[in-house]
Amino acid sequence: MESKNTNSSVLKNIDWVTVIIYLLLLIAGVVSIYSASYDFDNASIFSFEEFSGKQIRWVGCAIVAALVILLIDFRVYETYAYPIYICLILLLIVTIFVAPDIKGSRSWLVLGPMSLQPAEFGKFATSLALAKLFSSYNFSLNSSPASYFKALLIIFLPICLILAQKETGSALAYLALFFVLYREGMSGLVLTAALFAVVFFVTIVKYSENMIMGIPSGEVAVFIMIEVIIVAMMAMYCKIVWAARTLLFWFLGTGIAAWIASLCGLEIPGMIFFLSVIGIAIIYCLFLLFRGPVKRILITIGGAVVAVVFMFSVNKVFNDILQPHQQQRIKVSLGIVEDLRGAGYNVNQSKIAIGSGGMFGKGFLNGTQTKLKYVPEQHTDFIFCTIGEEEGFIGTTIVLMLFLALILRIIGLAERQPTTFSRVYAYCVASFLIFHLAINVGMVIGLCPVIGIPLPFFSYGGSSLWGFTFLLFILLRLDAARREHHNY
Amino acid sequence: MRKNYELEKRKYIIGGFIVIIVLIYIVRLFNLQVMDSNYKQFADSNAFMRKTLYPSRGMIRDRNGKLVVYNQPAYDVMMIPRNVQEFDTIDFCNTLGITVDAFHKRIADMKDRRLNPGYSSYTPQKFITQISAKDYGRLAEKLYRFPGFFIQQRILRQYVTSTAGNVLGNIREVNQTDIERDPYYAAGDYCGDLGVEKSYEEYLRGEKGVEILYRDAYGRIQGRYEDGAHDIAPVSGRDLTLSLDIDLQQYGEQLMQNKIGAIVAIEPATGEILALVSSPTYDPKLLVGRERGKNYRALINDFYKPLFDRALKGAYPPGSTFKPSQGLILRQENIITLSTAYPCYHGFISGGLRVGCHGHGSPITLQPALQTSCNAFFCWGLKAMLDGHRSKYGSVAEAFEVWKRHLVSLGYGYRLGVDLPGESRGFIPNANFYNKWYGENHWSANTIISIAIGQGEISATPLQIANLCATIANRGHFITPHAVKSIQDTVMPEEYVTKRYPTIDRTYFEEVATGMRMAVTGGTCRLANLKDIEVCGKTGTAQNPHGKDHSAFIGFAPYHDPKIAICVYVENAGFGATYGVPIGSLMIEKYLTDTIAPERKYLEERMFNSNTIISSGVKKH
Repeated sequence: MESKNTNSSVLKNIDWVTVIIYLLLLIAGVVSIYSASYDFDNASIFSFEEFSGKQIRWVGCAIVAALVILLIDFRVYETYAYPIYICLILLLIVTIFVAPDIKGSRSWLVLGPMSLQPAEFGKFATSLALAKLFSSYNFSLNSSPASYFKALLIIFLPICLILAQKETGSALAYLALFFVLYREGMSGLVLTAALFAVVFFVTIVKYSENMIMGIPSGEVAVFIMIEVIIVAMMAMYCKIVWAARTLLFWFLGTGIAAWIASLCGLEIPGMIFFLSVIGIAIIYCLFLLFRGPVKRILITIGGAVVAVVFMFSVNKVFNDILQPHQQQRIKVSLGIVEDLRGAGYNVNQSKIAIGSGGMFGKGFLNGTQTKLKYVPEQHTDFIFCTIGEEEGFIGTTIVLMLFLALILRIIGLAERQPTTFSRVYAYCVASFLIFHLAINVGMVIGLCPVIGIPLPFFSYGGSSLWGFTFLLFILLRLDAARREHHNY
Repeated sequence: MRKNYELEKRKYIIGGFIVIIVLIYIVRLFNLQVMDSNYKQFADSNAFMRKTLYPSRGMIRDRNGKLVVYNQPAYDVMMIPRNVQEFDTIDFCNTLGITVDAFHKRIADMKDRRLNPGYSSYTPQKFITQISAKDYGRLAEKLYRFPGFFIQQRILRQYVTSTAGNVLGNIREVNQTDIERDPYYAAGDYCGDLGVEKSYEEYLRGEKGVEILYRDAYGRIQGRYEDGAHDIAPVSGRDLTLSLDIDLQQYGEQLMQNKIGAIVAIEPATGEILALVSSPTYDPKLLVGRERGKNYRALINDFYKPLFDRALKGAYPPGSTFKPSQGLILRQENIITLSTAYPCYHGFISGGLRVGCHGHGSPITLQPALQTSCNAFFCWGLKAMLDGHRSKYGSVAEAFEVWKRHLVSLGYGYRLGVDLPGESRGFIPNANFYNKWYGENHWSANTIISIAIGQGEISATPLQIANLCATIANRGHFITPHAVKSIQDTVMPEEYVTKRYPTIDRTYFEEVATGMRMAVTGGTCRLANLKDIEVCGKTGTAQNPHGKDHSAFIGFAPYHDPKIAICVYVENAGFGATYGVPIGSLMIEKYLTDTIAPERKYLEERMFNSNTIISSGVKKH
């Protein structure tokens, strides 16, 4: 490559696919906000009084910022990764103390006429720091516990600070970075365990009414799942197929025996029954330690024990640690209660708005639910329902596909990076987008609890838009310079 | 760089994860949007009509339980522009008794965002407000022919008497600022304006309810959604009992007719305001109904400013009614004793300065000085305090600050905290004020001597002056004056039951009260010397730059167990004894005996018929 780091080479090497998807999302976002806040017959899209007019200003600033990012030397981002991260951490700390209380959260810095949310800007800074850590000399996630400690420190520092600002949704978004750890070598067991934790939690909370054998049916289901996991791990992870078969027969045999007993009218206390069945299976596994791979068997045993303990703690966590409004949101999203005037109001109205859109939607500006302000926060966190109502199933699918294309494209970009720094950074971007898309859309269509996080590039507000623009365009800048590394 | 191909495969897991999530979401959306038709029905903008149910506003009674303000239903014709379909305009106009041109003009005005900034074709808009019950009946019958129109029942305030407009206030439609300030309000709601209607708005208004009605595709109401399970019933506003005696109030307004000024009467033991007259006043009935806007503008433009509540917004020089407070301070600070006498040779003469006085014995002590309203005594007293006690206070400025703090504790210089909007704080200067005015150490008692007799920079509202009188009547404490005696089902705020103690001892109040009693028995207030009631009083004649002197009077009665303390202030009416004393004593007599003695009827007659507005500084243009 003979051309140096000039503007023209950046424009030539920039990934135009990403840029075009980005611009399409921005345009669709402004149009949706215009429609969501459209109120009066004579309003203008460019009127700065309306949300859409303000959003156009934010978009203009974002595009200028994007161009500036593209003009800066790509080495700057790697060189100054830690200083940028430290600055943002300090900013997050300052925010806790100086931010005014807005609806219970102290996360907005008010600067004259505008307010910014540092939590949104923390995303690209944290990504840079994480990428820098992974690209440091001889760094390997699995080489020592210290490596894990450093990576987790970088992730959890902003999480704690944002939690201190009472902005739970934004803090949870940083958990998305576990995808990056996974890609960079963290054991798949962690994500699997997390998945099972969610499944257990949902099962226990949702099916706590019906009783089987004296315990709630949800707990019975979880016990059975734990049995299945033990058998599966023994077969596929420890690779001792004959032991797995023995365990399978043991579980099936005891289960059928219990079933027959209950048919005969014999009351077997479920808790004691399952604990003893699983306890005996674990003792059996301990004996296997002499004949199989020790570490894997230990992990299997540990997993089973942790799963049982987790099962017992779910009710306690749900009832004692979560706050009533959080419990209510979770119950609503699991369909346990239908609290149409309280916690369920938003979601129900949002489902009505989306559902009424039909296949082709009611047409631009013709939505009635969003116009009549039935859906609260419709121009911010619930912007997706405006699309659902006015553009119908076609519109929502196109938007989801655009996001999917963007995320897959970014994963593709990540894998073509020549440096660890760029690759890790790209995965950070993809992870944040995955989390925001999954949670935001999931909450609007009633599949997730309501966690107030914006839909990237769509939701009204400068902080989210700028935060994601920084995140994306730093990646594009790094990507545009990918061939220059071959010169080294 | 070494590539780890084992780990690179994990991109499929991460990518696969989001692909699965998006697929699940698309299936869910397909279900919601295409398969399930329930949501479409729910969302049909015609399906639900949220009808606001307005609570009845709290009623207002006077201290004796007489009804003063109540409600009457009125009907607004509303329309939702999007829902309006073709209809017989001429029939519609005939029913309502308007012309077709007026109809089109009304529609055009409604859509003009300059006139109606809250216009939206999706939400109910006011078409005509407050139609008569007869029109309502005729329209209700035909309403089904006019889709998009409906009738909203509203509440109008009705007043039993034409009195106390300044205390009662009235209600008006909320404006954009109200809506932004308080999310309770929606466009077209009413809220209190002026008086107790404003200050007790949150008690009076109650809580709105909502009724969710289900409509078919033709806009016909089919019934209540889920049998009213989601309806919210309105909560009626709370009734107020005023501390006002509405008969006394009316009598006061009658005495003050054709005069500019104010009367404030307080029950000393409770701080309850018995009468709060501001003259000229206005009929609260003017501010009701469709004529409200026109009448309101007329009142605003009236150059006697009837909407300006002089009783609590007017800051006047207190004149000689200030002297009791001076006596209290001089005694508390031990500047004088009861037998300290100052000379008065037809006034106060010191260093080339002269404040005139009238004929009485000399030298004179405190109580006779109050009796005869001697200017010189109080000038000498202030001079002694500011100039004569350097060793005690250090400097003139320090002494002056002590003086000021006593006055503030007596309720002067700051808002008292009455439960009516717009109270003025009056003015009591501090040392800093004079330091700026004259330069530090360039002023002394002689420079500012007129404040000793309630002139100069000093100003106070009639409410503050009446409150001082109540404090003397109580011999040393007061309760923040308030116009509302009780609120239905609510405990009165702490501040209206708590005693406030000025920084002056009780015994000195007793001495001043005796001086005020002497003024009635043998001094400036002899006209107030009632046969059966021991009245105490003090006149005031305040010079002012607007014309004739203001005539003022403070008084309380009975001497030993005060039931009423009063301040009368008549602008540009001359001596305190000519208007202040007669009006004040008539009010006291009326309140305590409910009649006016035959030998005093002539006074009442004279007050009813006299006109001092002509000698006021206000010129009719």
